[in-house]
Amino acid sequence: MTEPLDPSAAPAGHNADHGLLALYRSLVLIRCSEERLSAMFADGEVPGFIHLSIGQEAVSVGVMAALTAQDTIASTHRGHGHAIAKGLSLDGFFAELLARDTGLCRGRGGSMHVADMSVGMLGANGIVGAGLSIALGSALAHRTQKSGAVAVAFFGDGALAEGLVHECLNMAALWRLPMLFVCENNGWGEFLPTSKQLSFALKDLAAAYRIPHVLVDGNDVAAVAEAAARIVPEVRADGPRIIECMTTRVRGHFEGDAQKYRDADDLAALSERDPLRITATQLVRAGIAEDALASITEEVKARIHAAVEAARAAPGPGFEAALADVYTAAPAGMEAR
Amino acid sequence: MPELRYLKAINLALADAMAADPSVILIGEDVSEAGGAFGASRGLRERFGAERIVDTPISEAAIAGAAVGAALSGLRPVVEIMFMDFTTLVMDAMVNQAAKARFMFGGQSSVPMVLRTPHGGGLGAGPQHSQCLEAWFAHVPGLKVVCPSDPASAYGLLRAAIADPDPVVFVENKALYAMKAEVPAELPIIPLGQAATLREGRDVSIIAYGAAVHTALAAASQLAGEGVEAEILDLRSIQPWDEQAVLRSLAKTHRLVVVHEAVEAFGVGAEIVARMADIGFDELDGPIVRVGAPFMPVPFSKGLETAYLPSAERVVQAVRRTLA
Repeated sequence: MTEPLDPSAAPAGHNADHGLLALYRSLVLIRCSEERLSAMFADGEVPGFIHLSIGQEAVSVGVMAALTAQDTIASTHRGHGHAIAKGLSLDGFFAELLARDTGLCRGRGGSMHVADMSVGMLGANGIVGAGLSIALGSALAHRTQKSGAVAVAFFGDGALAEGLVHECLNMAALWRLPMLFVCENNGWGEFLPTSKQLSFALKDLAAAYRIPHVLVDGNDVAAVAEAAARIVPEVRADGPRIIECMTTRVRGHFEGDAQKYRDADDLAALSERDPLRITATQLVRAGIAEDALASITEEVKARIHAAVEAARAAPGPGFEAALADVYTAAPAGMEAR
Repeated sequence: MPELRYLKAINLALADAMAADPSVILIGEDVSEAGGAFGASRGLRERFGAERIVDTPISEAAIAGAAVGAALSGLRPVVEIMFMDFTTLVMDAMVNQAAKARFMFGGQSSVPMVLRTPHGGGLGAGPQHSQCLEAWFAHVPGLKVVCPSDPASAYGLLRAAIADPDPVVFVENKALYAMKAEVPAELPIIPLGQAATLREGRDVSIIAYGAAVHTALAAASQLAGEGVEAEILDLRSIQPWDEQAVLRSLAKTHRLVVVHEAVEAFGVGAEIVARMADIGFDELDGPIVRVGAPFMPVPFSKGLETAYLPSAERVVQAVRRTLA
């Protein structure tokens, strides 16, 4: 998966008129949220495992810009960006990451299971590839209910080695479901490069299923947003599409992964492809003052600070309430054991 | 009273549930054009349309995963997995997704789906088309497991399972599909989690579910000829199971035998026995005896399979042991 980007598939839609500043704000919100999480994780304040999407934010922001509130998404273990871009409650997000009762999942899911059904975010997922089948079913529901909504599955290139992906591509194409496949190709699956995991390119797989595939610079939010704005209506009207976003995993597979398996020069060079830097440059060229960008960052950090402080002050989850929530309502005397 | 076949009861329950609730859909291999591999959904495509009776490719993992996604998006999918042996392929969707969604999303959403699947031997279907794997699912918090023994309970429990807000694994013993029995003209919906006393008795309680209920009833008839009156409880639901009904029967008879077709070791019976040895200890006047399949795969040859399946004779021997 090291082929060059197809320039025709990623037209440069660098235009502040297209709400690029709003997209930039979302990029900053995801970046600053994850940097804050990274710092708190290092301090031992965030329990469990977290997988950061630093370097991949433009995929989430660009795709979500083309979705409505009715549209649903299924995410991955690296799902903070998807969740935030889909518009979930930031307070609920930080409270969940800090395992509070006020968290979106009441402290039972954590980073890998963040979900917000009220905005169509059907969950991050700890199982690689599982989100594709959930999005497939959501797309089937949208069609059955004639709601006009689409379902989006986000997945990494690592998921392409999972058998379930084949089943989902086949069924989505067979039934022409309103489903968008968004591959975040960051070149790594856990600790092994994609070149040592996949014998094929996604575009060739797409051709086998006769699903139209476009390759996009996944670090250029304007390019992703332009592609999504063009392709999502096609999905609504005509069935599945694949957007493959070439992107960069800056952090390790999980926080705390020192990435000793990666070349130091390659890692250092990633700053050249930083999605925030790319978009900031475009905005400045379009006449936006650098101060305006800096004030966005400050404003976002203040918002995050408030969410973190609220989470810190919130109570932890109660065991009895958790136990009572395994089922919707157990018949009296029949509680699960 | 009218007579109804078990398979027809399933078919009726599906039809009535679909007529009552437009969010109910059927999805699975050959459920639509073919009407189901065993015929459970025969006629439903004609009545409800191909959009609600959905034929799928042979992709069990995606079928079950899609049911989870559909359930999270407002539908009530009923999945058919052609043989319970094939549920090995749906385990991620059922165990990691369906079972946990409600809990791990903090109660934001439940997963109202049913996975119907036939288990059981007796048809010479061999090691990969005969297994009784219900204990696997009963072990997973968040799943419910049901296994009806006759046409009326098949109807009533399936209606309850489809109406249930949580994921239900609905297990049908395929040897019962042809079974015919009298049923009330108005078939009631039967709540999950409640056992039924099919035969009253004072000497021993025999707990069973699914096809093993009939093995237990046959044993009870034989025992009655020897002057032993067995009480038969049809468990109906395996998760949750009716612990209090079992305890009440044990308190009456003071002897307990648990029968199922599934492999005895680490099975549903082991859970029932362990609980009764705990909360029913003072009631016990004899050893609790299990009757299940031996610890081997389901064999193909008629002779081997007959020896493998729990028989009325083995249940009679178990009762004699606990009464000894």
